[in-house]
Amino acid sequence: MNGTKKQQYRNGLIKGLPIGLGYLPVSFTFGFMAVSAGLPVWLAVLISMTNLTSSGQFAGTNLIISGGTYIEITLTTFVINMRYMLMSLSLSQKMEPGTSLFQRLLFSFGITDETFAIASIEPKNISGSYMYGLITLPYLGWSAGTFLGACTSGILPEIAKGAMGIALYAMFIAIIIPPAKKQTPILYVILISITITCLLRYIPIFKFISSGFCTIIATISASMVAAYFFPINKKEDK
Amino acid sequence: MERALTAVILMALVTYLPRVLPMAVFRKEINSGFIKSFLYYVPYAVLASLTFPDIFTSTTSMVTAIAGTLTALLLAYKEKSLVVVALCSMLTVFITQLIV
Repeated sequence: MNGTKKQQYRNGLIKGLPIGLGYLPVSFTFGFMAVSAGLPVWLAVLISMTNLTSSGQFAGTNLIISGGTYIEITLTTFVINMRYMLMSLSLSQKMEPGTSLFQRLLFSFGITDETFAIASIEPKNISGSYMYGLITLPYLGWSAGTFLGACTSGILPEIAKGAMGIALYAMFIAIIIPPAKKQTPILYVILISITITCLLRYIPIFKFISSGFCTIIATISASMVAAYFFPINKKEDK
Repeated sequence: MERALTAVILMALVTYLPRVLPMAVFRKEINSGFIKSFLYYVPYAVLASLTFPDIFTSTTSMVTAIAGTLTALLLAYKEKSLVVVALCSMLTVFITQLIV
């Protein structure tokens, strides 16, 4: 990765801006829902500031509200978050060799589906400074959105909330479609992954598998099939 | 409330561990071509699985969700930026909500 630490940080910061903005409506909805369900504002914000994840904390918070046991809450959250192991492993291969353990411990906290997606499509190796920059605005957006949503619980009209839910999914589409256009194997990976996800979700005998686990199974199988049939070339490190 | 606080700490822990362990432990570069290819495809598989089919239930009705999805697919195909795709998709949902 080129440039001084400051430039790398700024580069990450800019890349993180759309993520931070994209998080606002989602975390807003989270804060809104959590407080509407009876949690105090500070707890909703604390959940966002310590978890920084969407589906995991949504599920966990749901269980807190419905009176789930510690084991249920911990296991459910963990299973949903297991996919981060794949992302973290994938990113660990992209880090500059000199990245210290301390830096890794710190910025790993900010690995989310979105920051991972952006970091993983960087053409070169990435540095700790870049990662700090990348996670700054998403972290602020996630925390601030939760706070705002928690405070406005009750004011926002239903129709505006209805349109917000699609924002992050639309962003995911914007991330995966352009590369799929250029590389057919990526298109296959996407189609296989979606097919497996739908099979696991809609065939009744698989009902016991949580949606987080469906994603893990779909990801591993689709990526393995593609790695077997379409190994990437060694020249890949541009 | 103490119960909820303990639960939040547990949640934070099992969210942080999967993020940090591979990053802190796997310091060496993987040489296997298969694993490299596998990891190369992971992001696309994860994001596709997270998006579909959940995007169709992300709004108040299936019709508005499909309209928003089509808008996102079209603009993404034309390689518009993430923010443009997300905003136009939301706008489409908002407008179709008014009509449907």
